Amino acid sequence: MSDEKINKTALYDFHVAQGAKMVPFAGYAMPVQYPLGVMKEHLHCRENAGLFDVSHMGQAFLIAKDGTFETAAKALEKIVPCDVSSLEPGQQRYTQFLNEDGGILDDLMVSRLGVEGHRHWVYLVVNAGCKIDDFAHIEKHMPEGIQLKILEDMSLIALQGPKAADVMSKYLPEAATMPFMSSLDIELSGMWCHISRSGYTGEDGYEIAVKHADVVEMCELFMSHDEVEMIGLGARDSLRLEAGLCLYGHDIDTTTSPVEAGLTWSIQKHRREEGGFLGAERVQKELAERPVRRRVGIEPMGRAPAREGTIIQNMDGKDIGVITSGGFGPTHGGPVAMGYVKRKYAKSGTEVQLVIRGKAKPAKTVKLPFVPNNFYRGE
Amino acid sequence: MKYTEDHEWVRLDGDIATVGITTHAAQQLGDIVFVELPEVDAEFEKGDDAAVVESVKAASEIYAPVSGTITKINEDLEDAPEMVNADPQAAGWFFQIKLSDTSELDGMMDEAAYKAFIED
Repeated sequence: MSDEKINKTALYDFHVAQGAKMVPFAGYAMPVQYPLGVMKEHLHCRENAGLFDVSHMGQAFLIAKDGTFETAAKALEKIVPCDVSSLEPGQQRYTQFLNEDGGILDDLMVSRLGVEGHRHWVYLVVNAGCKIDDFAHIEKHMPEGIQLKILEDMSLIALQGPKAADVMSKYLPEAATMPFMSSLDIELSGMWCHISRSGYTGEDGYEIAVKHADVVEMCELFMSHDEVEMIGLGARDSLRLEAGLCLYGHDIDTTTSPVEAGLTWSIQKHRREEGGFLGAERVQKELAERPVRRRVGIEPMGRAPAREGTIIQNMDGKDIGVITSGGFGPTHGGPVAMGYVKRKYAKSGTEVQLVIRGKAKPAKTVKLPFVPNNFYRGE
Repeated sequence: MKYTEDHEWVRLDGDIATVGITTHAAQQLGDIVFVELPEVDAEFEKGDDAAVVESVKAASEIYAPVSGTITKINEDLEDAPEMVNADPQAAGWFFQIKLSDTSELDGMMDEAAYKAFIED
């Protein structure tokens, strides 16, 4: 892998100037932390607002040549379990690409553009580490007449936290009342961007796609507010873990299904019943018969964090599962983890043991999230 | 005070060495959230895993810088692991170890040599 080219986002020099510690992540040099450090960045984002560079993620449009939204939506519905067709202009949903066996290839955001003249465009945001495979997968499964247009000229940043709306509404008053999971295509201080009210921290906030040529100026604009600090990948991980959100390649992968992962909420009722998407057989079987294992929150009782790969045992010392993400939750004030356990142990409050460096440590299963979500649900 | 290439410091008093991690190591690790210390009376050979320090992001092994027997551990770190960041070379000490061979200290760096080592 050492001869593999390391990509840089358009914000690379900006990060370095901010004093970021850069690390390779999914083929990109990304900021893992800034001088504030992971703990303070995390707490700052929960209390104020944090700015993230997520430009390594993949962005694309799916456009039907017949000029209708319905054609593109129906085509995409063959490879994702969510209801795409019912998306209103400017509405966004979370979903997954499934393989034939119902395993998760990636998770993604899908939305319908709201801007006049482009309301038939489907906009996708996928994980950095999966994007090449995802785009090949889409190409393979799209019928004639559907064009996949990969966005090579757009950066992606996220402004997250309870003060995000205050900052954003200084430039765009209408952003304050945007519903959760809706989007706007609009000019912000002279820069065209696609703004959605969503994120990966459990906090209120926005994700903003903006041209590479404008992204530094936009970050400088947000950073001119005292409430805003840059947040690196380290705190991004602890924020999403406390929020109970899955990280692809860890909490979900090709071996796990959306039902096991507790993502059934993202599959609308009629799609569960009718199927008609890749992997539907397993999803329907697991919905009918219940899955053999479930993703749960795990709270270690002591102070020792339980990292990914830690074996979960029942109180008799029998292996019942494994931790898929674990670390320290700065807002929770102690170690937090999630993982898969056999279904009979999934009920929250079940006492379990974690094998940490050869010793069994007490823990219990808990409801996710560890820190309540703080999404904007209207006044 | 002597220093190891694994970024530990060792302060000798008679045949008892107090061990901790250097200011440089604490800065590199970032916010420390948990320290697992050895048990008193545990015996270690030089280079054995003796303790674990966990930052927000990852766990790191702390090696016994010398061979010997643990005589005392810094129990305050159980409830206040952040002391390792705040005062790594004094209040944030990890354990005391009774040396079985004091000559093991001979190869260690002094402050000037360690400073040069981390600047490399």
